[in-house]
Amino acid sequence: MSRRVVVTGLGVVSSIGSTMDDFTASLRAGTSGAEVHPAMVEHRFGCHVAAVPVGVNELAERYFDEEMLLAMNSGHRMASIASVDAWTDAGFERPANDDDAVNWDTGAIIGTGVGGLDTTGGKIVPLTDACKVRRIGSTGVEQVMASGVSARVSGILALGNQVTTNSSACSTGTEAVIMGLERIRSGRAERMLCGGVEGESHYSWAGFDAMRVLSRKFNDSPKLASRPMSGSAAGFVPGAGAGILLLESLDSALERGARIHAEVLGGDINCGGHRMGGSMTAPNPISVQRCIRGALIDAGIGPESVDAISGHLTATGADPSEVRSWAAALGCSPADLPLITSTKSLIGHTLGAAGAIEAIAAITMIEEGFVHPSINCEDVHPEIEPFRHSIPHQIRELPELKTIIKAGFGFGDVNACLVLACYQG
Amino acid sequence: MSQQQIFEKVIAVLKRYTKNEDALNGVSASTNILEDLKVNSARLVDVILDFEDVFNIEIADEDADSVNTVGDALQLIEARIG
Repeated sequence: MSRRVVVTGLGVVSSIGSTMDDFTASLRAGTSGAEVHPAMVEHRFGCHVAAVPVGVNELAERYFDEEMLLAMNSGHRMASIASVDAWTDAGFERPANDDDAVNWDTGAIIGTGVGGLDTTGGKIVPLTDACKVRRIGSTGVEQVMASGVSARVSGILALGNQVTTNSSACSTGTEAVIMGLERIRSGRAERMLCGGVEGESHYSWAGFDAMRVLSRKFNDSPKLASRPMSGSAAGFVPGAGAGILLLESLDSALERGARIHAEVLGGDINCGGHRMGGSMTAPNPISVQRCIRGALIDAGIGPESVDAISGHLTATGADPSEVRSWAAALGCSPADLPLITSTKSLIGHTLGAAGAIEAIAAITMIEEGFVHPSINCEDVHPEIEPFRHSIPHQIRELPELKTIIKAGFGFGDVNACLVLACYQG
Repeated sequence: MSQQQIFEKVIAVLKRYTKNEDALNGVSASTNILEDLKVNSARLVDVILDFEDVFNIEIADEDADSVNTVGDALQLIEARIG
């Protein structure tokens, strides 16, 4: 049994906006959400810049009562806000806490890359080290268990289908959408809230700083720090946020007259096996290309139907290899590569949330017919120079835009690639 | 600290965790914290920690286990603060 799957709800919490209107305006304007992050300065990181949503706690107080907030760390808050927004955007009402009805046909796959390190680093470790374990209280476990984010959302929305958290490093968010697609296609669910979240914590970013993969040459000009595809790129800007998509069977969406944002045509997930140049921290380019081609096969379209690429493109040394892999997988010469943009140039690298927030950006671009600027790469990397004409330094209005291919590649040599398209009946 | 002051502080702590705020309107010593106020049973641990912070006392785990009603809490706290 295979059914068509569409997106009927979107919710985003990001450094460039935590409403869809704000987020869309920032995409159009090419606004950077990167700022100097005080905790990174205080703790003497090499990189002082992060892209984090502002006002999350104030926003959360409007959504959730005090009893709930006591057990919701940064990631829980972002994922829950985005989930409620996606749910209501789809035309559903948020159930009352004392309503015992369970929505058996709807589940959630909400991933995270690192997880609740704000709780681990700010509470669990210091209290344990101080021999004050009992002072952790009852809310520690639910905030550090990886599945806490999806579990939290299931309680808020009374979800009764599969509820789980996937984790595949930086491909997590993209992977979650594909996993939800598969569950609905198979008939096991009518709707799945899918996406990813990464909470705000300098503890999550410390290891990356130690690896020297964070941007550290633009601490005095944070808006210039995230530079995918640039010759002067020297690492990514860490970010936080959440992106949630409500995937729904086309049958269900049509039956209830839902607004359809886009269709999820298909996707693929694979791993390079740490071979052929792949490793724990580097992608096997052949597996990347197989994943892209696999997604197109699953979607039932050819490369000629791809109007734009939403790359993984982090601003590390892997960008040139990624661009070459896109061209190879799509069978393009440099002159023929579709427009390729990096949402990370605006929102930084939100790790487990990246694929989901960027998929929402792709859907927004499909709905409104534009490709957002990929900023800070006027000095295109020499190895990407042959593809320069495919990089939108300014917004490109494309009313005819119908199909975007979106990929996420993660540590562990894992890949996920998603094909999103305008719903055409 | 008067009994009334202790009572008010105890209710202020419980208010953070109660899911049945209506029950707080008629709260008395016999009000059961889990059954009447609908406090999540796991959160009793946090209620006890808050009592320790608010009243600057220590409450042993075995004593915490005996707190079922608002009256139990009042009695325990009054005994600790003398």
